Amino acid sequence: MNHTNEMFLVFDSDSKNESFARTVVAAFVSQLDPTMEEIADIKTAVSEAVTNCIIHGYDNQEGKIEMGCKIHDDIIEIVITDKGVGIEDVEQAMEPLYTSRPELERSGMGFSFMEAFMDKLEVVSEVGEGTTVKMEKAIKH
Amino acid sequence: MKTESIKQKFDPEDESSKYAEYEVASHCLIIHLKRELDHHCVLYIRERSDYLINKRRIKNIIFDFSNSHFMDSSGIGVIMGRYKKVIFTGGSVAVADVDDTVNRIFELSGLYKIIRKYNTTKEAFDDLKQMDYS
Repeated sequence: MNHTNEMFLVFDSDSKNESFARTVVAAFVSQLDPTMEEIADIKTAVSEAVTNCIIHGYDNQEGKIEMGCKIHDDIIEIVITDKGVGIEDVEQAMEPLYTSRPELERSGMGFSFMEAFMDKLEVVSEVGEGTTVKMEKAIKH
Repeated sequence: MKTESIKQKFDPEDESSKYAEYEVASHCLIIHLKRELDHHCVLYIRERSDYLINKRRIKNIIFDFSNSHFMDSSGIGVIMGRYKKVIFTGGSVAVADVDDTVNRIFELSGLYKIIRKYNTTKEAFDDLKQMDYS
């Protein structure tokens, strides 16, 4: 029998919510009995995506971040969306070490970490509309 | 280790004390992280540590991870930023007591090419101090 389970959250674009978001996802995925390493991978990827919404999407201004998680079989799918400024050149944004905000001491490793720690990463963005990051990871046993 | 601690943790107005405690000894700044090192706490740690780096003529910096078990790319940014501050005066940056989770982030980022890793804060402190005199 196929096992699916979903959850959806909307929260303020506030750096305080970075730890909240990754903790929630870690708790949600725990039903798949992930290893400590898999939990750490997911937490890092969520933290990167949410931080991007706050710093880049909303430029540290007010906004709402949407986060949905779906478990189907042994796969966790995470979708994180902001309705912020959007990314002009997604390919460039995803280049390792590229950052549009060096003055904020951003390392430019956010997308690289998401790619490294998750099995799939998809970024859809429209200038003036916002950005959606969709990630997937299979929990192996 | 003879240290001169900064009575910063008793200041209720200082939000940064929630995220780390700071210690200065022999021009070495030791940042004892208290929570997961993400973008939120990096904002406070950067401000407080830069204030101390300038005010106390800091040469070396140690990030103590014994109470911090998570880090994302914001952590890499704050460590690289502090490295850039002390490298011009011949200083070093070290991390101590790093668990497997945090270690993986450091390895993936390539940061070990420029910073040193030690098992304990004391080990880091003694070694950096000895390097200064040799």
